Amino acid sequence: MSDRIRGPRIGRSEAAQGYLLVATPLAYALLLLAVPLGAIVLFSFWSQDYLTIDTTLTLKNYREALSDPLYRQLLLRSLMISAAVTAATVLTAFPIAYYVSFYVPPERKAMWIFLITIPFWTSYLIRVFLWKVILGYNGVFNTTLLGLGIIDEPLTFILYNANAVVITLAHAYAPFAILPIFVALEKIDRSLHEASRDLGEGYLSTFWRVTLPLAMPGVVAAVLIVFIPTIGDYVTPMLVGGPDGRMIANMIQTQFLRLNNAPMGAALAVLTMAMVSAVALVFVFLNRRFLRGRQ
Amino acid sequence: MKRPLRVYAILYLAFLYAPIALLPVFAFNDGTVIAFPLRGFTWGWFEQLTEIPALHAAVLNSLKIAVSTAILATCLGVLAARAATRFAFPGKKGVMGLIMLPLVLPEIIVAVSLLVVLLQLGLSLGAWTVILGHVLIATPFSIAILNSAFQGLDLSLEEAAVDLGETRLSSFRLVTLPLVMPGIISSLLIAFTISLDEFIIAFFLTGTEPTLPVYLWGQLRFPQRLPVIMALGTLLVLASVLLLAIAEYARRRGAARTGQKDAGGFL
Amino acid sequence: MKDTRATARPIITLEAVEKYYGDYHALRGISAEIRQGEFFSLLGPSGCGKTTLLRTIAGFEDLSAGRLFIDGQDMAGVPANKRPTNMVFQSYAIFPHLSVAENVGFGLRRTRLSKTDKAARVEAALAMVGLSGYGGRAAHALSGGQRQRVALARALILEPTVLLLDEPLSALDKKMRDQMQGELRRLQRQVGITFILVTHDQEEALIMSDRIAVMFEGQIAQLDTPQMLYRRPVSRKVGEFIGVMNFLPARATVADETHIEVEAAGLGRAVIGPDQLPGGWHPGQTQSVGIRPETMSILYPGETTDRRVATGVVEDLSYYGDMTYYEVRLDGVERPMTISMKNLVGRPVLERGTEARVAWDARSLVLFA
Repeated sequence: MSDRIRGPRIGRSEAAQGYLLVATPLAYALLLLAVPLGAIVLFSFWSQDYLTIDTTLTLKNYREALSDPLYRQLLLRSLMISAAVTAATVLTAFPIAYYVSFYVPPERKAMWIFLITIPFWTSYLIRVFLWKVILGYNGVFNTTLLGLGIIDEPLTFILYNANAVVITLAHAYAPFAILPIFVALEKIDRSLHEASRDLGEGYLSTFWRVTLPLAMPGVVAAVLIVFIPTIGDYVTPMLVGGPDGRMIANMIQTQFLRLNNAPMGAALAVLTMAMVSAVALVFVFLNRRFLRGRQ
Repeated sequence: MKRPLRVYAILYLAFLYAPIALLPVFAFNDGTVIAFPLRGFTWGWFEQLTEIPALHAAVLNSLKIAVSTAILATCLGVLAARAATRFAFPGKKGVMGLIMLPLVLPEIIVAVSLLVVLLQLGLSLGAWTVILGHVLIATPFSIAILNSAFQGLDLSLEEAAVDLGETRLSSFRLVTLPLVMPGIISSLLIAFTISLDEFIIAFFLTGTEPTLPVYLWGQLRFPQRLPVIMALGTLLVLASVLLLAIAEYARRRGAARTGQKDAGGFL
Repeated sequence: MKDTRATARPIITLEAVEKYYGDYHALRGISAEIRQGEFFSLLGPSGCGKTTLLRTIAGFEDLSAGRLFIDGQDMAGVPANKRPTNMVFQSYAIFPHLSVAENVGFGLRRTRLSKTDKAARVEAALAMVGLSGYGGRAAHALSGGQRQRVALARALILEPTVLLLDEPLSALDKKMRDQMQGELRRLQRQVGITFILVTHDQEEALIMSDRIAVMFEGQIAQLDTPQMLYRRPVSRKVGEFIGVMNFLPARATVADETHIEVEAAGLGRAVIGPDQLPGGWHPGQTQSVGIRPETMSILYPGETTDRRVATGVVEDLSYYGDMTYYEVRLDGVERPMTISMKNLVGRPVLERGTEARVAWDARSLVLFA
């Protein structure tokens, strides 16, 4: 009984309890994420001459980043490569997600998802490096094709260029695309397909009129979850990209660690974030329109 | 449609596993060049692994960082997931959005922004700065895992404990914690794995003591070191598969304990 | 009405239909005819195969053996989307990404109607189910009852030969269910389409159907009108499943061609007609008799009757307001039997332990093997 009498006094309001719990993670995120991101933005408006940093605010870095063909090309190429990776990954992931969701017996689904996720959790560096081994001039792919007599000399268009970056990243981000689509497909009430069939539609038109629209939120999530990290990827372009496959992250790293021009690097980082946000907003908006008239 | 899709699925799995399948092939290949044809079987590369002090230091450093990251990220994750699933408070969406933001931020951005601040403050880089960065990116994963663990929990269980005379805190300890324990274990393992494998943040924030991926990155430039790296990679793959199997087992047990339907998947 | 239906041509013919799922034998030799324009129910406990049977008619399950004709056409190899049947799903299966009108008009895409004709058809279908003007609404903004109406309109708009309803009322609350039962019945008379309803609710089946097939373990136990099912169940199982029935150990012998003599525990000796004996077996096989609670009554002190009288004790009772259900243990019987009595003015509810005289009729006895 005494507990119940004391109850209201200890029982703080729900909001207060929530804040109390979330305070530590929030403080952490503020200090180590919000403040640094703010710092980067601030930095991008400064300028650096050798070792001295000039803290007067200027748009010089942005002007340079957007006018110098080197930076402009890098930004554009990063965008294109990311878009290609996203398209390739999502398009190849959809049939897998569809297969696991619709044709794998329920008790075996977890195992399939497990199988799909395992490669993702093995060392990223080594995985990317192995693609270099596979795609290289004397690599597994070329030596196999040569050995089989399918080609006469090693294929060169598959390493040290953008193609190699796309293949490698599509491989690395496959589970990221498969999982959200799989989850969206799993959520679809199976009787909706039967209802469509019952109302006269065949398998294909049922897919177009029912399955695909309902899987769209998963597809959009997959697009975002692949696009965002790939645009900032450093390792893959460095290892398999060659000079034509370099991306913006490589330049940011160069500016910070090699050229010692942190403000320029910061400006490029901010521009990258801006591109990511722009693409994300477009897709979130598209998703909203798809979701119009739904829960 | 079932037949062609199945064939496609199997080919796709082959594509997913192709690089990893090559690891042991070259780890046991008695030749210094990573290419076909193979030259014979050897344990030599694995033996060499034991003779590189720099590697051992990097592994130890990585383990230290990964364990710290796992514990810190899971603690933060428990707090945030509990707040998100149990309490309503104004601004919850924004707060959770900020905490989950690293999930949708290119890692290089996280890395350079932290680097800028640390250097401006005149702090020296080291294992602890890497931990700071890794906790930041691992916490969202922990929250995602723990959210589902907390969500699967029947609220009335805790109320029943309070009704039977326990305080809010003791009922959390006696009822909630044991039920979400599998989620916590799985969160620890996932955060550990993320930290152990993370390269770019470590690359920027590590001082003079490299982590394992940073060490590996340095070695990739030397062709004669590659077979040893293959051997190391083989061991790493085995270790992560083992860790994942344990995490998956814990997750399933958790799902069974709170009476959820097994939906599969980590994310 | 009944007479024209009894002679109506069969619209669905099932011939020795079998269905296996692996080792599981879901349908065991189902043969039946469902007539044009009737309201037909498949009634049974969960797992009896009633939904499987409905889904085989719809084309979602293949037959393992046997034949199925709809309107004289053999349905072997005809996929669900080519069958003249439409279905109201248990979950209603309302497409969440489409509006009410788009849901109702979903099946019209393949008809070559103009846009305005389609809109008119959709509006007419909505009006038929009492949802005029709801076409623009989002599907998720509907209540349970409204979703059910949308599902009905969507299935009826294609004017199917047979409408299949898979437990359509089970998701509704009691009040809504009662209302929809009446509306479904009215709608069926209005459109004249054969309805096949799957339900586990015996009351629902009795209220709505022209005929009912009671199913147990993949077989049809009895196919009959609601009245015959209730009054003359062919087995104890059917008698137990539909309404409440008391069973007493009994033995029967043939007295002469028109009389059978029954000796039932607690009730004593009685003579009945051969129509009370389920066809196909000899009275000597009789193991028990069944008797419905409302065919008996408890006599009050001093009350006289020309019916048969047995004696017992009131062991327990449940008071329902309009009715009281008594548990009366007849002398010489182990288990008490249920007797239902209207609560009339001037007749107080009896207390536990009261000695009771129970009046009953030989005509209400049903014999079971």
